[in-house]
Amino acid sequence: MNKTNPLSSSRRGFFGLAAAGLAAAVTARGAGPARASVTTNARIVIIGAGAAGTALANRLVQRLEGAQITVIDGRTDHYYQPGLSLVAAGLKPASYTVSRTTDWLPRGVTLLAERAAAIDPEARRVETEGGTRLDYDFLIVAPGLVLDHDAIPGFSLDMVGRDGIGALYAGPDYAARTWQAASHFIETGGVGVFTRPATEMKCAGAPLKHTFLIEDIASRSPAAGRHSFQYTAPQGALFSVPIVAEKVRMLYAERGIETHLRHKLISIEPGRKQARFEVTTIDPVTRAESVSQVDMDYDYLHVIPPMRAPQVIRESGLSWADKWTDQGWVECDQQTLRHLRYPEVFALGDVAGVPKGKTAASVKWQVPVVEDHLVAAIEGRAGTETYNGYTSCPLITRVGRAMLVEFDYKDNLVPSFPGLIAPLEELWISWLMKEVALKATYNAMLRGKA
Amino acid sequence: MKELTFETLLAVFQEMFGATLFWLMLAAAVIITLAYLYVLIRDRSLSMRRFLWAQLSMPLGAVAAVLLTQAVTNSHFRDIGGPIDVIVLLIVAAIGAIGVAILVYTVQSLLRRPGAVRPVQTYDGGQGG
Ligand SMILES: Cc1cc2nc3c(=O)[nH]c(=O)nc-3n(C[C@H](O)[C@H](O)[C@H](O)COP(=O)(O)OP(=O)(O)OC[C@H]3O[C@@H](n4cnc5c(N)ncnc54)[C@H](O)[C@@H]3O)c2cc1C
Repeated sequence: MNKTNPLSSSRRGFFGLAAAGLAAAVTARGAGPARASVTTNARIVIIGAGAAGTALANRLVQRLEGAQITVIDGRTDHYYQPGLSLVAAGLKPASYTVSRTTDWLPRGVTLLAERAAAIDPEARRVETEGGTRLDYDFLIVAPGLVLDHDAIPGFSLDMVGRDGIGALYAGPDYAARTWQAASHFIETGGVGVFTRPATEMKCAGAPLKHTFLIEDIASRSPAAGRHSFQYTAPQGALFSVPIVAEKVRMLYAERGIETHLRHKLISIEPGRKQARFEVTTIDPVTRAESVSQVDMDYDYLHVIPPMRAPQVIRESGLSWADKWTDQGWVECDQQTLRHLRYPEVFALGDVAGVPKGKTAASVKWQVPVVEDHLVAAIEGRAGTETYNGYTSCPLITRVGRAMLVEFDYKDNLVPSFPGLIAPLEELWISWLMKEVALKATYNAMLRGKA
Repeated sequence: MKELTFETLLAVFQEMFGATLFWLMLAAAVIITLAYLYVLIRDRSLSMRRFLWAQLSMPLGAVAAVLLTQAVTNSHFRDIGGPIDVIVLLIVAAIGAIGVAILVYTVQSLLRRPGAVRPVQTYDGGQGG
């Protein structure tokens, strides 16, 4: 008989494993950012402690020694906004998206818990609502964007959750109330009308996701077959990246979701459950545009309002003068996010006036770029990092499935796991990323670690 | 993902489970593995009877791991959409199977005195060798 000696083989295995672990630990340390910290007494002001401002603050305290870093944000709660889509589909409670702003800010920065009220880029000064004045050497504007609900006559936030009205962008509680309205629609059937704004918006996939999720849940409910789904968009395509737009068009056709392009929500009449749209028609021969109005009846209406830069930005003279004039995004270089007229000012996150990039995933790529150029400026050299427009939105198509869509300024797909996770396939692994890994990655990013 | 270093992964896993739970889970895994190695070294042999129980528990561990993953992630078998999903499912199942097998073997070994271990059993029908 052959008598093997498991002991020696497992001992060898054990030592092999330990050696591998040690090697991993050594390489990990070697690969880490072993950059020496830079000593400076620069005054750095960051407006906004959301995804972008918090992540940058954490990285700057690691890089700079002696800098006076002040973060201005009057909101005590921090929102993990990518979770709102899950809350509005009844998959997570509102609390899943809420933490405290101070939970994430590092020691070594000062939090001024107020709103910035005025910026004077000529004098290099920020003033808060409480009247505090802060002079800066470098300014990072990262106040996100504002939702212009007033732009839709007939709609107000207190309607959300009642009479078939949802508005998941408005925040954690509104997302939870959106689910109340949506689940009522799922139970009783009827016409669901889903909208998106004509302006730039954060996470342009979210209106699609909400439609997909509610359709999926409805199609498995006892009332299945009694729903109709109407998706409206002011744009001429379902998504800004053509190859993704085509994929969504096919999925919508498969799922029986009707599409109404060039339809902009302009007002609602909640009493009659009617939404009014401005419809642009293009003559196929002359290409001439004509505008008309149509009313659509709804049993469930999902409202996503126009989005703009916060007022303090629009009034500061930092916005583009010739682009997005109704929205006010900050004028900056696409690659470095540095202001084109005030080199000591950087725009970060949703407020930046760049063609793509209004997602938390973009923030993750933007933060190291701004960090690099800022530290380089302090050291008196030129930075080298560039931002290529990376934007990502795990496009949920069902509860349990998603497409991991990632793209850049040029509308190229830039998959993180090429050959492994296909970007245009509805996969469980992509859902797992959204459901499990995204929040963890987001939190790690906030701490400056991803 | 921008930079997928060992440190990033560690940070992501800590955020996923919370730092305390993460380190507790890691410690539990390490302790069980060490205990397994300990009984192997102590007994200087693999007990086929215990190994049989460990093997029998493997399918249970596999199924439990898959169902648990699905339960915490709101998903089902119908969500498998491509080859990579099957691979993920198999990896989850394999981790569950191996984890449970090691656990079952180790617990049995720790509960019995080392003296009670019979010599390595062979497959020659008990004829000796
Ligand atoms: C429904 C929804 C789904 C999304 N899904 C995804 C997704 O799947 N993947 C993804 O990557 N991204 C997603 N996003 C987008 C992502 O959440 C944002 O792009 C990201 O939060 C942008 O970070 P930010 O720091 O620019 O803005 P925010 O995180 O919004 O932070 C802005 C901060 O500035 C503060 N502020 C505002 N005005 C002032 C002022 N005057 N003075 C001082 N402080 C001020 C605010 O209080 C806030 O704390 C989603 C967003 C929504 C709404």
